[in-house]
Amino acid sequence: MSGAVNITGAAGADGIAGADGIAGAEGIAGIAGIAGVVARMLLLLFLVSVLTFVLIVNAPIDPLISYIGAESTLSPAAREDIARHWGLSDPLPERYLRWVGNIAQGDFGMSITYKRPVIQVIRERFTYSLALMALAWAFSGLLGYAAGIWAGLRKGGLFDRAIKLFCLVLQSAPTFWLGLLILSVFSVWLGWFPIGMAAPAGKLAAEVTLSDRIHHLILPVCTLTVVSAGKMVLFTRQKLIEIMDSDYILFARARGESEGQLVFRHILRNTALPAVTLQFSSFSELFGGMALAETVFSYPGIGTATAAAALNGDAPLLLGIAGISALFVFSGNLTANILYSVVDPRLREEKSYV
Amino acid sequence: MRDMMSAGMRGVSVVTDGGSARPDGGSDQTGGMSAGMRDGKAPGGENGGPLLTARELSVEFSLYRKGLSQTRLTAVRSLSLDARRGEILAVIGSSGAGKSLLAGAILGILPANALVKGELLYNGEVLTPASQRQYRGTEIVLIPQSVDYLDPLMRAGKQVAGARGDKKGQREAFKRYGLDPRAERMFPFQLSGGMARRMLIAAAVITKPQLIVADEPTAGLDGELALETLRHFRQLADGGAAILLITHDIDLALAAADRIAVFYAGTVVEIAPAADFRQGKAALRHPYSKALIDALPGNAFTPITGTQPPPDHLPPGCLFADRCAGRRPACDGEIAPRALRGGEVKCLYAT
Repeated sequence: MSGAVNITGAAGADGIAGADGIAGAEGIAGIAGIAGVVARMLLLLFLVSVLTFVLIVNAPIDPLISYIGAESTLSPAAREDIARHWGLSDPLPERYLRWVGNIAQGDFGMSITYKRPVIQVIRERFTYSLALMALAWAFSGLLGYAAGIWAGLRKGGLFDRAIKLFCLVLQSAPTFWLGLLILSVFSVWLGWFPIGMAAPAGKLAAEVTLSDRIHHLILPVCTLTVVSAGKMVLFTRQKLIEIMDSDYILFARARGESEGQLVFRHILRNTALPAVTLQFSSFSELFGGMALAETVFSYPGIGTATAAAALNGDAPLLLGIAGISALFVFSGNLTANILYSVVDPRLREEKSYV
Repeated sequence: MRDMMSAGMRGVSVVTDGGSARPDGGSDQTGGMSAGMRDGKAPGGENGGPLLTARELSVEFSLYRKGLSQTRLTAVRSLSLDARRGEILAVIGSSGAGKSLLAGAILGILPANALVKGELLYNGEVLTPASQRQYRGTEIVLIPQSVDYLDPLMRAGKQVAGARGDKKGQREAFKRYGLDPRAERMFPFQLSGGMARRMLIAAAVITKPQLIVADEPTAGLDGELALETLRHFRQLADGGAAILLITHDIDLALAAADRIAVFYAGTVVEIAPAADFRQGKAALRHPYSKALIDALPGNAFTPITGTQPPPDHLPPGCLFADRCAGRRPACDGEIAPRALRGGEVKCLYAT
């Protein structure tokens, strides 16, 4: 069962990730640029919502059964009443357009799974997920970058070979498998961390302390960090090796710069820019990894909600989540683009006055 | 002081040669001036004396091919030359002859799989990796080919100052080479070709270097800018520095250099006063130098038959033997450089 959940979660996240090509944009400037960005974003949201809608409607899950339960004694007439109330038997385009109309009025509908307004569920869940993703994003970026620099500088050394092997293994290891491994070692075997959830079971919400939350966050954050860092390590390492071969490093050497000076004067600057861009454009992977990590650790974030919504045929919630995650990934890519044109002088400044 | 000058007899005569016979009018003036300067205030008679001497220098690379079989590639072989204070020595040769490796060997910045044999003397002292580390960027500097040798993300001012210079020196260097102070804040991609060139020279001279190795410093420059660059080199030489100008451009070498070393298949086959080259092939010594002059568009324009031997298949004796019309059996043996008519040649039968 858990496997099925994972797969659904991953498929959902990857489907969304696939759309990020649309967000890949050239430099953004002026009103025309902003209008273009907004148009692309709306197009992305439209496509993602249509795709999600088609998928969930055609999934072999009857939202009615998952609502009332398979063992329900409800009469067929009553079932039909509910189906009519929900509009389940209406033609698909009509249902979709009605949903769009409601969205336009700010109504995201009710979640069948949680029996609460979708917007509320997403807001609550996203807060949890955001904490998880933000920490893992920052750690994986910083640690991955540092490890990549170190490995590249000592290319062929013990650390380099070890970290390269580690990253390649990680790249091919499924996130949920790594999560289970970490869970069984640190929670089950060593007992250092709770098995799951975001707070101790049986504790009132008001009594949950910050340290409780941090304690519960550590393992999911570690899992997601380790999973996300691999790409950064390999990328930074590769970039550094490339730069080390460049003419300007040769010239810097010829001018008597020591290795430390090479690193601090040239290498950090020239590798940091592409690394930051990579980290922003990796929001889609981050989101996918988050969904899997949350499922393994039963962390009540947007990832577990996605899995639950998909398994229950919860169209409103799934559509809402798909939209939010698409926006999330889109904003990451947009930030990467803007950042590049702001930070890189070759894109920011005029060619020459001569 | 006089004694030293006469001891370096050849050196003195060459200096005079270079001073008077320079072709373009602009440099002629500086040339005349510089000759006066040399005679007048050469510190301790050092101008004209050798600053850098390469003796039997070789650069080999070990390459791994197919599994563990290792190949030795001899890119530079038994190369001997000397660069003197106050003088521009041009090293000319076709592309792929390994000229840039000479620069790498002098500065000690060859890749790790390079093996340098032979001797490099700087100011009479053997250059070791440690002393190269100490001198490069201060006394021994490189002027690279193009703006690609500048960090694309570092502003020009900081870049010219380098790790070993300061703001004050950078400002002076900017002024000296007519660079707009505003250009300090520019990135390399914003520099025009001429500005970039002046930046590279400014970066090199900021530490008051003794030996300047310029590797194809006029590549991609049009006539006026190339001449300007050469004028800068002449000024630096007049200031007492030794300049090693590595180039594939014979015309450039003729216009700029005091002496010319002809580089072929990793070695120097002839070193002669630039005046000899200007006179034509009769004044030259080595068959390859003569062929090189013949191949010039302004002369016979006849190409040399055959190709340069590749560095992994160097013949045992004379490297030019395969293409030489005057080849004799002894050419397959060891050939040592010998002095001839005020120059130096690596040929048994040159006259």
